[in-house]
Amino acid sequence: MADTIQLDLVSPAKRLMSGSVGMVVVPGIEGYFGVLPSHMPLLSTLRPGVVSVHDGVNDAPAKQFFVDGGFAEVNPEGCTLLVDEAIAVDELTADDIAKRRTAAEERAQSAATDEDRAAAEKALVIVDEMARAMSEAAP
Amino acid sequence: MASLKDLRIRITSVQSTKKITSAMKMVAASKLRRAQEAAEQARPYAQRMEGMLGNLAAGSVGQDGAPRLLAGTGKDDSHLVIVMTANRGLCGGFNTNIIRSARALIRDLQAQGKSFKIYTVGRKSRDNMKRDFADHMVGHFDEFGRTVSSFSEAEHVAQAVTSMFDAGDFDVCTLVYANFISAITQEVTRQQVIPFPVPEVADGEDAGAGGGYEYEPSDTEILTDLLPRNLAIQIFRALLENGASEQGARMSAMDSATRNAGEMIDKLKTTYNRTRQAQITTELIEIISGAEAL
Repeated sequence: MADTIQLDLVSPAKRLMSGSVGMVVVPGIEGYFGVLPSHMPLLSTLRPGVVSVHDGVNDAPAKQFFVDGGFAEVNPEGCTLLVDEAIAVDELTADDIAKRRTAAEERAQSAATDEDRAAAEKALVIVDEMARAMSEAAP
Repeated sequence: MASLKDLRIRITSVQSTKKITSAMKMVAASKLRRAQEAAEQARPYAQRMEGMLGNLAAGSVGQDGAPRLLAGTGKDDSHLVIVMTANRGLCGGFNTNIIRSARALIRDLQAQGKSFKIYTVGRKSRDNMKRDFADHMVGHFDEFGRTVSSFSEAEHVAQAVTSMFDAGDFDVCTLVYANFISAITQEVTRQQVIPFPVPEVADGEDAGAGGGYEYEPSDTEILTDLLPRNLAIQIFRALLENGASEQGARMSAMDSATRNAGEMIDKLKTTYNRTRQAQITTELIEIISGAEAL
């Protein structure tokens, strides 16, 4: 049994990460789940949260990315995460989050249709999760 | 025979044209680098998305209640053709090739008696399509980035297309754009995006492809999420590929224009020197024969 798994983290604009890792923890729509080598094939949607990449099962995360939703596919070849946007957690800044929050709040205020409102609410949830990710990462 | 002054004027004018084309070539080359990078970065996502969707779709195609973006409307009477070109010209045969392919597609549809609608992306596409098919145009978009398109632009187009589809305006949607292969080769591509073309799966593999997965939340829910997303992604990829192709085409067009201008200057200079020498000879003969006459 292989002790590493191939991980590909890609957003529409670029490939953020591609390589062999020991374990990856993914924010699935029904809760965080860890993917280890030989995980059973799985397709899941993602909710906003943090993807943690670990070198070994018991190691601290080597890398963490904040993702704002997308899809995960696990198959025998590896784990593929298709995300809308991903930011390395240590690159999150309070300024940026504040800016996004104001934008999202303005959008919620001016939303005319149900669709707009839903989109604005989704943006707010993303901002909240982003803030939480940052506070958890900063000791 | 042109006078020396005329020749001089022509040489200067060709020289400044050469300067312009070689500057445009340089600009296109640096834009190409960025556009190509963006197009290549976007490929893995689009490919994996297609793969994922293919796996998923193979399992649920033919089932009742499959999303319409996958199953289609059950007929193919009405087509939407999305013609994607650049906003600007001066890029060789780039725009023309795409438009030619789009026209051929439309003629085929007409010959088969299907109705069609046209959505144009890029100013050149609109200008060209308006000439013959003004009645069939349903929308236009040209506010994409000069070098690299952003995803929100693709989403804008995807939304317009989805709402038309939901309103039942068409059954099949095809993108016409140029795939970037290298700076000198671009391939005009027609890609069907609605309904999603399910890859052919051999009977033996069928169970393995669709059945082995566990779905969270459920396969239909993922599918309804994934399909509109895939549409936006495919449009995004087409935008980026087109952007890179445009810069590549412009670069090679400007390169050959620069070379042609160089050749022309050489020829003009030869003529200029010959004329000048002939003139000097004539003047000398005049002086000598004048002196002899005395």
